[in-house]
Amino acid sequence: MSQSPLLQVRNLHTIFPTESGEVRAVNGINFSLARGKVLGIVGESGSGKSVTAYSILRILDNPGKITQGSVLFEEEDLVRLSPGEMRHVRGAKISIIFQDPMTSLNPVYTVGNQLSEAIRLHTRRNRQQARARALEMLTLVGVNEPEKRLKQYPYQLSGGMRQRVMIAMALACEPDILIADEPTTALDVTIQAQILELMQDLKEKLGMAIIMITHDLGVIAEMCDEIIVMYAGRVCERGTAEEIFYNPRHEYTKGLLRSIPKLETGKGRLMPIGGSPVDLLNLPEGCAFAARCDSAMKICLREQPEELRINEHHLASCWLNVKNQMEGGQEHG
Amino acid sequence: MLRYSVKRVLLAVVTIFIIAAITFFAMNAIPGGPFAKEKASEPRIKAVLEKRFNLDKPVGEQFLLYLRNFAKGDFGVSTKTGREVSTTIFTSFAISARLGSMAILTALVMGLVLGSLAALMRGKWPDRVIIFFTTLFVAVPSFILATLLLLVFSHLLGWFKVWSISDPNYTLPVLALALYPMAYITRLTKSSMLDVLGQDYIRTARAKGVKEQLVIFKHALRNALIPVVTYVGPLTAYILTGSLVVETVFNIGGLGTHFVTGINNRDYPMIMGTTIFLATLMVSMTLISDLFYKAIDPKITFD
Repeated sequence: MSQSPLLQVRNLHTIFPTESGEVRAVNGINFSLARGKVLGIVGESGSGKSVTAYSILRILDNPGKITQGSVLFEEEDLVRLSPGEMRHVRGAKISIIFQDPMTSLNPVYTVGNQLSEAIRLHTRRNRQQARARALEMLTLVGVNEPEKRLKQYPYQLSGGMRQRVMIAMALACEPDILIADEPTTALDVTIQAQILELMQDLKEKLGMAIIMITHDLGVIAEMCDEIIVMYAGRVCERGTAEEIFYNPRHEYTKGLLRSIPKLETGKGRLMPIGGSPVDLLNLPEGCAFAARCDSAMKICLREQPEELRINEHHLASCWLNVKNQMEGGQEHG
Repeated sequence: MLRYSVKRVLLAVVTIFIIAAITFFAMNAIPGGPFAKEKASEPRIKAVLEKRFNLDKPVGEQFLLYLRNFAKGDFGVSTKTGREVSTTIFTSFAISARLGSMAILTALVMGLVLGSLAALMRGKWPDRVIIFFTTLFVAVPSFILATLLLLVFSHLLGWFKVWSISDPNYTLPVLALALYPMAYITRLTKSSMLDVLGQDYIRTARAKGVKEQLVIFKHALRNALIPVVTYVGPLTAYILTGSLVVETVFNIGGLGTHFVTGINNRDYPMIMGTTIFLATLMVSMTLISDLFYKAIDPKITFD
């Protein structure tokens, strides 16, 4: 692990100033991603997953802005790049695909036009070469009759097909990182599986790293080398997929796992996490999850927990771990 | 596409025929006629005149006779001036069209630019200034605006001369005609642009690394244009035929003027001529804007 990671996000803060105050969407996120690895970011709606992704690419919707922290990509801080320099990163080195393929393609341009545009922005290909590359990409992502698709408009394609086009567009310039922002949420289940399989397959072929954002733990279980669980714009737990699934050490993660339907125990009721997501306008002083946590203690309301190492592959920010460790320490001592 | 166009053209012909028929019979149903004066003229002269204009025949026959002449390209002669109706229409339309096309161009260019600007600088001062003035221009009726322009820039400041046939100065009439549609297009473009800029595909374009100018002009504007085009078609017909009010205030002898004096004089051939001409223009402008619609929005299919 001596080589420096491909992407390092350090203490990232992103806010949205509104008339009723600052919506603090991301509050000091840290993570790193090594070349060719898959990182999963999990959390419910409003936990700051997508805002983190948009912050990395600096494509935040108005009036969102990064207030603190850095995003080091190949040791260059993306937060400090000029808009022109940033454009050469987007689509060329870091690409993104979005949640809703139905609305993510421009309705008035053909698929071929939009694909070629992405290709010609970042490579020196001429019109014919870009078209050839677009055709090649469509074939690669498994779109049938690619020749015909190039001339079609987005409305003429199905949702799964459009997401394949989005993937083709994102990967056309062979980026180092592909950010997938809930790429399967808007698709039906059989298509979901196909798209995930496709991404897995393309990762093997092209060797890019992937940041997989989802609210569905089931989606990323098999794919990810590491998983980050986010809540209220902070990381509450991180570790290998195995650790997160079989040894969760944050009450929020446990809640998320309880809310996944399981085939084997079909008769049991699903356990939703009670309460509603935290108000990002008025973040509590202590642990943001405390209000919804069944095991909350006094300290949870007053002070934010630090990340505590559970083992070599696992960190969690929960006072319960501190308590357990102290009690454990006393027993041994 | 071709089949659709042919179908639309045939439909347009039917539409125009119906308009002509309604106008003809309605015009004749109103008591009085071109030669009915307060002071009764000599019956013999009246009879000659009525024979000359076929007014002595039953209305149905008059209509058929009108259609027969019309098919030969003969619009008839004005009962008031004795001049060929077609000549009057075409000479006055030349003025109206010139004025109108300048006004449309001004309204369209300014409207699109200001609307996009307001959308892009939403909430900042340029947006507020633009919205203030467009609200003003949409709210103030054109006869007040035209009079005001004339009063301020012509009379008080003396920047522009008053219109005359020999030395026509188009600036003020064009402004008076263009301000309302310009304001309307600005507001339309702004709301449509704001809507489009919030769409996912705009974020996709930015995420691809497309330059901001191209995001606006390639990805956003074309989508934002769709509602504007719907408005511009009928607007073009309306403006090209000349706004009566503006032409009257500036004393420009355009088509609008002849239309209304024709009605006042019960000048049957003139009323028919101008009506058919305006109807044709209106129908063809709508047709053109529909076809143009198809060109910018691929989702629209004909047949």
